[in-house]
Amino acid sequence: MSDHNGSSAPVWPVLRQFAKGDLFALDGSTAGSSRTESLASRTKTADRVVGSVCPYCAVGCGQLVYVKDEKIIDIEGDPASPVSNGCLCPKGAATFQLVTGSHRVSDVLYRRPHGTEWEKIPLEQAMDMVAERVKRTRDENWEDRDKDGNPLRRTMAIAHLGGATLDNEENYLIKKLFTNLGIVQVENQARI
Amino acid sequence: MAASKGFFTDTTLCIGCKACEVACKQWNQLPDDGFLFSGMSYDNTVHLGGSTWRHVAFVERPVPLNTQTDGAFSWLFSSDVCKHCARAGCLESCPTGAIIRTEFGSVYVQPDVCNGCGYCIVSCPFGVINRREEDGRAWKCTLCYDRLRDDLVPACAKACPTESIQFGDLDELRAHAKERVEQLHERGMPEAYLYGASADDQPGTEGLNAFFLLVDKPEVYNLPPDPVAPAKKVKDAWLAAGAAAAGMALAAVGAVFFGGHRA
Amino acid sequence: MGTSFGRGGATTFPGDLVNSDVIVIEGSNMAECHPVAFRWVMQARERGATIIHVDPRFTRTSAVANLHVPIRAGSDIAFLGGIIRYIIENERYFKEYVVNYTNAPAIIGDDFKDTEDLDGVFSGWDKKKGKYETRTWMYKDVDPEPAGGTRESEAGEKGQPIQRNPIQAEHTDETLQHPRCVFQILKKHYSRYTPELVEETCGIPRYLFLKVAEALCRNSGRERTGAFVYAVGWTQHTVGVQYIRSAAIIQLLLGNMGRPGGGIMALRGHASIQGSTDIPTLYNLLPGYLPMPKAKHDKDLATYLRLNTSPSGWWGEFPKYMISMLKAWYGDAATKENDWRYDYLPTLTGDHSHMNTVVDMADGAVKGYFVMGENPAVGSMNGALQRKGLRQLDWLVVRDFQLIETAEFWRDAPEIARGDVKTKDIKTEVFFFPGAAHTEKDGSFTNTQRMLQWHHKAVEPRGDSRSELDFIFKLGQRLKELYANEYGQIRNWPIRDMTWDYPEIGPLKEPSAEAVLHEINGYTVADRKPVEGYSSLKDDGSTACGCWIYSGCYRGGKNMTARRKPYWEQNHLAPEWAWVWPHNRRILYNRASADPNGAPWSERKKLVWWDEQKQEWTGLDQPDFIVKRGPSHRPSKEARGKETISGVDPFIMQADGKGWIYVATGLQDGPLPTHYEPQESIAKNPLYGQQCNPERMEWIRKDNPYHQPYDDPRFPYLITTYRLTEHHTAGGMSRWLSWLSELQPEMFCEISPELAEERGLKNGEWATIRTMRGEIETRVLVTRRMQPLRIKGKLVHQIGLPYHWSTKGLVRGDAANDLIGFVADPNVSIQESKAFTGNIEPGRKSKGRRHATSGRLVKKLPSREQDRDLPKVGHKPESKHGYKAEQTKEGNI
Repeated sequence: MSDHNGSSAPVWPVLRQFAKGDLFALDGSTAGSSRTESLASRTKTADRVVGSVCPYCAVGCGQLVYVKDEKIIDIEGDPASPVSNGCLCPKGAATFQLVTGSHRVSDVLYRRPHGTEWEKIPLEQAMDMVAERVKRTRDENWEDRDKDGNPLRRTMAIAHLGGATLDNEENYLIKKLFTNLGIVQVENQARI
Repeated sequence: MAASKGFFTDTTLCIGCKACEVACKQWNQLPDDGFLFSGMSYDNTVHLGGSTWRHVAFVERPVPLNTQTDGAFSWLFSSDVCKHCARAGCLESCPTGAIIRTEFGSVYVQPDVCNGCGYCIVSCPFGVINRREEDGRAWKCTLCYDRLRDDLVPACAKACPTESIQFGDLDELRAHAKERVEQLHERGMPEAYLYGASADDQPGTEGLNAFFLLVDKPEVYNLPPDPVAPAKKVKDAWLAAGAAAAGMALAAVGAVFFGGHRA
Repeated sequence: MGTSFGRGGATTFPGDLVNSDVIVIEGSNMAECHPVAFRWVMQARERGATIIHVDPRFTRTSAVANLHVPIRAGSDIAFLGGIIRYIIENERYFKEYVVNYTNAPAIIGDDFKDTEDLDGVFSGWDKKKGKYETRTWMYKDVDPEPAGGTRESEAGEKGQPIQRNPIQAEHTDETLQHPRCVFQILKKHYSRYTPELVEETCGIPRYLFLKVAEALCRNSGRERTGAFVYAVGWTQHTVGVQYIRSAAIIQLLLGNMGRPGGGIMALRGHASIQGSTDIPTLYNLLPGYLPMPKAKHDKDLATYLRLNTSPSGWWGEFPKYMISMLKAWYGDAATKENDWRYDYLPTLTGDHSHMNTVVDMADGAVKGYFVMGENPAVGSMNGALQRKGLRQLDWLVVRDFQLIETAEFWRDAPEIARGDVKTKDIKTEVFFFPGAAHTEKDGSFTNTQRMLQWHHKAVEPRGDSRSELDFIFKLGQRLKELYANEYGQIRNWPIRDMTWDYPEIGPLKEPSAEAVLHEINGYTVADRKPVEGYSSLKDDGSTACGCWIYSGCYRGGKNMTARRKPYWEQNHLAPEWAWVWPHNRRILYNRASADPNGAPWSERKKLVWWDEQKQEWTGLDQPDFIVKRGPSHRPSKEARGKETISGVDPFIMQADGKGWIYVATGLQDGPLPTHYEPQESIAKNPLYGQQCNPERMEWIRKDNPYHQPYDDPRFPYLITTYRLTEHHTAGGMSRWLSWLSELQPEMFCEISPELAEERGLKNGEWATIRTMRGEIETRVLVTRRMQPLRIKGKLVHQIGLPYHWSTKGLVRGDAANDLIGFVADPNVSIQESKAFTGNIEPGRKSKGRRHATSGRLVKKLPSREQDRDLPKVGHKPESKHGYKAEQTKEGNI
């Protein structure tokens, strides 16, 4: 018999069917190939199932993320969720493609001033470069007091946008770090 | 054999979100069908095919539903799918035995057996099954055969936010559907009816394992008013079957040599 | 909502809509934008509830509703005001509820003048400052503390009133007959919002309007409740906050707040947009709706606390929350002697919201910009101006999954394609960092019902992808190192003293998100044990808490946000699924679900009630009230802070415990919602001489031109923008996915057959749409779902534009936001993108799209700016970068 990858020549089910006299193939138990016979849901083979939440709109549907060999093999609705009872909309149902798709870039890219192409640079180097630019821009554009002597303690030369797609913990660190650097123009989609 | 399973798609509960289309593509890892703007309401999928196994039809009508208390317009949605017919044209015409009736009563194309001959395509009275260009084989809804094996609900029915797609034992679904029609009649929607719920309703297919509740003529939803499995059209069914069997044997031989290792 | 009820968040949750007897969805296309939440609306419909959808378009929501009411985009206040009038004139309000739980009986000061008296302007307009002096709006004989100036009232898509001074009505009339009581003022204010007026303003036939009004009234009262559902179809207007206020007034009059099946369901659009206002990535707020200090007023901690601590109501607790936050941020460095290092906080001098940042940027004042999980080159209004801003930066950091338009503005944008701008002339240095997905990091989202839900890390991020948590943490570490030798300078002390010691875990040494949640929850400083909730917080430095409203989410060291007890094992409120702020209360103001004596209004609508035996509030939900405070409790005159809350004050965050039909303080553009036309309209304001909201924010710049206020011959059509089910916002999470892209593969416009006929447009073919800001090309979808409205005998055509596409991704198309100008609501700085004017013509007429940033698009006509404001309103002071608005809290920027 063949395995289900078809790596050896199969015995055609139709012949088996004839042999068993099941002419109209009404019974899969005789007509099924070995692949068919061993068919099972891939989620069953998962190493673990991880509780999650849909990342699209704000309804917050429950998701279950199935992981096998440290790879996501399926994402579907969490039936236990009172928010969604296991349902997902088309976007939620596409989450698997969102997080595993080939569209995702996994390198840090750098476009130098007046450059026409991206250049790959190491993550650590990029982090150093950004930190250095934040410091320089902050130092060069510090506002200590307004014209009436009121304290400002800030820089208006650096701004931030984003947050509504991020975690609370991330927003918290963003607000904490940027405020303490004197960056006040911290904004997100809530206003857009 | 397990109890026969199927879908009852209640179009009066559909909101046209297409979650079923995507959940199906996700579970079955299906490719896209191209990016074409159809200009037909919000329907850019247009029809079922080799890589689209759920398709939501969008019908803009210049008449209101009886449940709408105002207006002269309505927009109907209906999620179409393989009907898993009791008399399945595709299955009856398949010369390789690739198409089988499963223990759940569904009609399943075995991709490791299909040789892409295409007989099934012309034999489906609904135009459901089709070949995928890139691999040549015929594909259609499997009723999530793999999921059913593990007692999981098919992906489309699970995702459906409004329970327009209901999955279950056929007997129960039919009973429930009947009640639902009565309920809608009572609520002032006399036009509600079941499409393909039984052999009586639809002799040509002897009933559908995936049947529908509709509120307008089948044609409005791009469903045939009187679908008939081709073999039913032949007066002497036995003769036809014999011919088919001979064809199957021939085709099977061909498949061994030309079918290739595609699974 | 914050100003009406006390908190900005949705007052209920979608699952409770199954208990509604009528659901009015307006300013939201719920079935399309929140399909799974719509599950509950469908269930309500099946149970017999009446579903009404009020929307310019017949959408998938309308298709399954019982009633679709087509409305002219931008006219909702006229419609809702009509309902208010209907309720009052026909005495359909819930009298016992209104008298006890709202400020309807409050008597207003003698100096107050209504828009009825002043042709569309309230008393107190200061022509020189270009803003209202709001003192005359106050309750009679109550002095709003003047030194505080105007406080921030709301923030972001949702908001929170920060402070109201010791405001409790001195005089009331429970018969509601006194001519100066709120109820009578309300009655007069809406007296002209008749069904006829609604018809000629909104294009809604009288009989249809009456159907809606009657359905609402019939389904409210002791035995029945109705809910309102809205989304950005209400917020994105120059009077957006007042749209929501109108619904708040209706719900208070009908007695629908705090009750099962009642409330106002605000549907947010992003996974954690509620979270990003609660823990704000917003300029004007600190976590938990504590205001950012203002340079001119909040000079030291004592002043800041004095101005923000309410002598009455829950905000009397303010110092505990602020000092606990400072303690969380600065640890041991924060002491009583140094005012807990309040002096580390930067201060505000005006409106520093997104649009002002962009114009500053376009004029070269902003040098560096971080963009994380957002795509402003597509998703923000006046896209060309946004991109112009990006070109002036020294450096830009973009964090996303793939190279979105904002990351590639320097080589892939309409102005580059056209040749107006050359890549090599753009100086901006751009860093692209790949972001980790939610499946690759631990963390919590706060959803539209204020629920914090934890998502667990499933797999490690690929390659150099990292979470924002990791990025910010490591950036902070680097800056601490870079500044290590410069701590001689005071300005660098906050960097030195900021607590930043989160445990690093896993192979990537990422900061522990749970440790951050622990800090957000708060802890006692001595032993770092998590506090039980905000009631445990102190103002003596013994507790630290990052965000007081989230306090309790990590109670007892347990991550409450990760609770996943199946819904079938608990009641429909599912109190053991995740965690909801505040204090896991699922329906806010639920004290109002019981009558003044504490008994449920009816068996059918019971939720929370007073248990006489146990002497406490109990019920199905966590009481949103002081548990041991009985219905008969009345505070003494000397009471302060939360002690002032009486047993019949369901709205505990309000200074007087009442639902505010009339907002005596806290809003900038008036105590009652008033119909103003959009900045660009097809009609003259039928009610008042004042055409537009006098307080709106404008940006007078060549790259942000406005059309004439109405009847602009160049721009005869009304345009509205929206989302589709199949895509997400600016497309960053959908246009790159084949499964979604194939479902809506191209940008299109939706128009009626009548407009198609008028302009020679054909289904499936192309159209060019133009405003003074820019032009786009789209496919044409001709549909009966777009219905021209008859307004004063004139046919008004509306054009519908989804806004998901741009130049990149699997499916492409022009960006609708390139058409929209900067103009905004004064309370929350949210732009007006739901109603503006434009023109449409058949064919592809704009080879190389033009934008105002590169020159004029259409012929100049004489300015009719004066038609937007009455002479007595005059012109607002103009400041840097063309920003024109009221003299803000702190003067102008």
